Amino acid sequence: MEIPYTAQPRKDTGLYNAKVGIWLFLASEVMLFGGLFSAYILLRVGATPGTWVHGLLNIPIGTFNTAVLITSSVTVVLSWAALKVGNFGRYRFYQAITILCALGFLGIKSFEYREKFSHYEVWLNQPVTVTRGGQEVQTDRLLGHIEYQGHHPAFWSTKTLAEKQVESFKFTPDPIHYKMTPKEMAHARKTAAGRKAEEFEFKAADVKRLSAFVPGHSTYFALYFTLTALHALHVLGGAVVIFYIWGPGAKMWKTDPERYTNRVEVSGLFWHFVDLVWIFLFPVLYLL
Amino acid sequence: MQATSPKQSHAGHAEAHHEEPGFWSKYIFSTDHKIIGIQYGLTALTFLLFGFCLMLMMRWQIAHPGQPVPLVGPLLAKVLGGVAAGGVMSADLYNSFGAMHGTIMVFLAVVPLAFGAFGNYVVPLMIGAPDMAFPRVNMASYQAYVVGGIIMFVSFFIPGGAAQAGWTSYSPLATSIPTDGQTFWLVGMIFLITSSLLGAVNFIATIIQLRAPGMTWMRLPFFVWAQFVTGFLLLLAFPPLEAAGLMQLMDKVAGTSFFLPTGLAVGGQLADVSGGGSPLLWQHLFWFLGHPEVYVLILPAMGIVCEVISNNTRKQIWGYKSLVYSSLAIGFLSFIVWAHHMYLTGMGTKISTFFQTTTMIISIPSVIILTCFFISLWGGSIRFNTPMLFALAFLPMFGIGGLTGLPLGFSASDLHLHDTYYVIAHFHYVVAPGTIFALFAGIYYWFPKMTGRLMSEYWGRVHFWGSLIFMNVVFQPMFAQGMAGMIRRMADGGANYSLARVPDAIGGLSDTIMSLHTLILWGGIGLGLVQIPFIINVFWSIKHGRKVTSDNPWDATTLEWQTPTPPPHGNFAAEPTVHRGPYDYSLPGKAKDFTPQNEPDQGGKH
Ligand code: HEM
Ligand SMILES: [Cu+2]
Repeated sequence: MEIPYTAQPRKDTGLYNAKVGIWLFLASEVMLFGGLFSAYILLRVGATPGTWVHGLLNIPIGTFNTAVLITSSVTVVLSWAALKVGNFGRYRFYQAITILCALGFLGIKSFEYREKFSHYEVWLNQPVTVTRGGQEVQTDRLLGHIEYQGHHPAFWSTKTLAEKQVESFKFTPDPIHYKMTPKEMAHARKTAAGRKAEEFEFKAADVKRLSAFVPGHSTYFALYFTLTALHALHVLGGAVVIFYIWGPGAKMWKTDPERYTNRVEVSGLFWHFVDLVWIFLFPVLYLL
Repeated sequence: MQATSPKQSHAGHAEAHHEEPGFWSKYIFSTDHKIIGIQYGLTALTFLLFGFCLMLMMRWQIAHPGQPVPLVGPLLAKVLGGVAAGGVMSADLYNSFGAMHGTIMVFLAVVPLAFGAFGNYVVPLMIGAPDMAFPRVNMASYQAYVVGGIIMFVSFFIPGGAAQAGWTSYSPLATSIPTDGQTFWLVGMIFLITSSLLGAVNFIATIIQLRAPGMTWMRLPFFVWAQFVTGFLLLLAFPPLEAAGLMQLMDKVAGTSFFLPTGLAVGGQLADVSGGGSPLLWQHLFWFLGHPEVYVLILPAMGIVCEVISNNTRKQIWGYKSLVYSSLAIGFLSFIVWAHHMYLTGMGTKISTFFQTTTMIISIPSVIILTCFFISLWGGSIRFNTPMLFALAFLPMFGIGGLTGLPLGFSASDLHLHDTYYVIAHFHYVVAPGTIFALFAGIYYWFPKMTGRLMSEYWGRVHFWGSLIFMNVVFQPMFAQGMAGMIRRMADGGANYSLARVPDAIGGLSDTIMSLHTLILWGGIGLGLVQIPFIINVFWSIKHGRKVTSDNPWDATTLEWQTPTPPPHGNFAAEPTVHRGPYDYSLPGKAKDFTPQNEPDQGGKH
C-alpha cells in the first residue's frame, strides 16, 4: 500500500497531508512565539519604572524592513498563483524576488545589530552634568559611544575594562536617555541637532557598570535580540526551503506538478507566518 | 517514500554488511513506522533502566549518607572523579543524579515509550494506514530524540557534571550554578522538544488523514484517541517550554536576566547581571508544559489499558463515548491547571483559587475514565494473562495516585505537603505502577504482533507480582515520610533534621520515619531484581518464544491484528474497509466471540 493524499486532497477533510502538517506546525509556532510574547508582557509590566529601554531603535530602517517583508509576502502569493495556472517562468521570477527580499531583510537586520553592539550605556559612581533639551541636568547614567586609543570598540563591558587594564576612555554621550518620555526625547534630539556633542574622559574607577547594547544590557535588549534572532532564523529557514524548491527541487515540476505546487503553497504558508510574526514584533519592539 | 540513500551511509561499513546491503537503510535509517517504533522502544527502555539505576544509587546514599556506594562506587570515582571521591556520592552528584533521573524518566523514557514507540507501531496499524503521513519526518523525530539523549548522557562526563537544578530547572538556581551541566541540559531539551513536535505533527496528521475507509471518528479504538489528544498536548504545550529554554539558555550563555531578579546575590556577592527578570516567569512557562506533560504520561497508558481490558474481558468497553469525551476534556483542561504546582510561590490567593477550581474539575474526567474501566470488568469472563494482570493493577495504582493528588490540589493542604515526599509518592503512583505498568501490559500484548512469538507467561507473572509488591514497598512509605514533613531533594535524606541528630527539634523526623529509607532501598533493589526476568524474557522470546499460530493470537477485533505477522512494509495487503466499532466482542448470534472491525455484516445491522 502507498501513502494516500500526498498530492490529492482527502474527500472528507478537503486537505492533502502536507497542508494538515503545516497548519499543525504553525499552531505550535504560534505557541512558541506566544510564550515569548507573554514573557515580554510579564517582564514589561513588572519592570521598575525608568529601567525599560525604549526609543533607541532606528524606526525608518525598521519600517523599510517591514516593507521588504510585506513585499516578499505578496510575491510568494503571486508566484504560487502563477504556478497554479502553469506558468513556471513567472513563478520563478516572483519567487526570486521573495528570496532576494529575505536576504535583504537579513542584511538590514545585521546592519542594525552591528550598530547596537558599539553603542553603550555607562553607569557612573558620581553623577555628571550634561545638557539635555537645552537644560543642564545631573545624571549618573549616560548613553553614547566610546573611543579608546582611536578605536570605537564593540562588545565592551565592565569586565573588559579590568581585563584590558583600561585606565580611562573617551565617552561621547547621546543627548537622550531612555528614562525620558518619547516627547522629551524628541525635544532633546531637536535641540541637540547640529551642535557639537560634549565629550567626557571617564576613568575606569568612575564606572560602576558599562554595557554595550547587547542582550545582557537590560531586559528590553534581552527580549529584542532573542525575539528578532529567533525570527531571523525563521526567515533564514524559510528562505532556504523556498530556494531549495525553486532551484534543485524544481525537477519535481516535470514529474509531479501537482505535488510541486503543493510544496510551494506549504512553504508560502510558512512564509506568511514568518511575516505575521514580524508584524507583531515591529510595533512591540520599535514603537512601544 | 524511500529511506535515505543506503550507499552513503553504507560506505564505511561495506565489508561488515556485504550480504545484507539494506541493513543501514532497513534498521537504522528506516522510515517504516514499525521499525521506528521498535527503535524508540528499545532506546526508551534503555533509558528507563539507566534512570532507574541512577535512582537506586541515590536511594543508597539517602539510606546510608556518606558511605561508599557498593559495587559501583569505585567505578563512579574513576569515571566521574572528584564528585564521587572514594565512591561516596557527594551532594553535588546527588543533585545531578536527581535532576537527570527526572529528566531521563519523563523526557527520554516514558514519553518516548508511550508516544514514540507504541504510538508509532500501533496507531497506523489500528487505523488501517500503510505508514505515517510523513515517514521522513518520523525518522527525523527519532534522530532528534537520539541526539537529545546523547547530549544528556554526555553531560554526566563534562567537568562539573550534569545539570543539578532538578528536572524542573528553576531559575535563578539553574542559571547561577557555575558549571555547564545546565547548558547541556537546555540544548538537549531543545532537541527533545523538536523531536516531540515533529512526532506530534505527524501523529495528528496521520490520524486525521490516513484513516481507512469506514474508520469514522467514533470507530477509532480508544488507544488512537488517547494518542490523538496526547499529540495535541505535545504540540501546544511544549513550545512555551522551548521558549523558556531559549531564554534560560540566553541567561546562561549571553548574560541576560530573563529569570534573574534585580539584586540577585550568588554566594554572598551581587551578581553581575542587569536584573529585572522574573523567576516566576520560568515556573509559569515550565508548568504550562509540565502539567499537560503529566497527561502525556498518562493518556497513552489509559489507551493501552483500554485495549487490553476490552480484549481480555471479551466485552465491549463500557462507555466508549464517555472515554472519548473525557479524554478530550482532559486535553482542554490540562492547559489551565498548571499553577497548582505554584501555590507556595506567593502568586496570590485569587490566582490560587482559580487554579484550585480547575484542578478539581480536571479530576472529574480522570475519574470517569477509571470508572468506565472498572465497570467494563463487571460480568466479564476475564482472561488473566500477563498483559491483563498489568492492566488490572494499573487501575487501583492509578487510583491511589489520582486520589492523593486531590489534597495537593487544595492550597490549604498543599501548604503542608508541597515539596515533600508525599508529592513524590503521588506522582510516582500515577507514573510508575500506573503508566509503566500499562506500558508493560502493552509490551506483553503487542509483542506477538511485532515478533510472531509470545513472551513467556510464567516469567511474565513473576515479573508482574514482583513489580506490584516492590513498587508498593518503594512508594507507599513515602506518603508517611512526606506527611511527617520530610522534604524532597535532600542529599542526606533528612538526617540533618532527624530527632536522632537534633533530639529536641520541634517537628524533627522520628527514627521510624528515617528507618523507612532502608525499607525503600531494599524495595528498590527488589524492584530492580524482578526486572531481570523481564529483560531476559523480551530478548529470549524474540528467538525462542512460543510461535503464534495465527495473526491474531488474542482473538482481538482491532485492525492491527488483521495484518500478516509481523506486518510487512506498507502493512496491509489491500486497503482494509471498516464496518464496525472497535470492541465488538461476544456479539450475540455470532459463531466467534469477536468480530474484527473489517468484517462485513452479512446483511442487516449488527
Ligand atoms: C487526577 C488528579 C491529579 C491531581 C488533582 C494532581 C495534583 C497535583 C498537584 C497539586 C501537584 C503539586 C504538588 C506540589 O508540588 O505541592 C502535583 C504534582 C505532580 N503530579 Fe499530580 N495530580 C493529578 C494527577 C496526576 C497525574 C495523572 C500525573 C502523571 C501521570 C501527575 C503527575 C504529577 C507530577 C510529576 C508532579 C510533581 C512535579 C514536581 O514537582 O516535580 N499527577 N499533582
Ligand atoms: Cu499538575
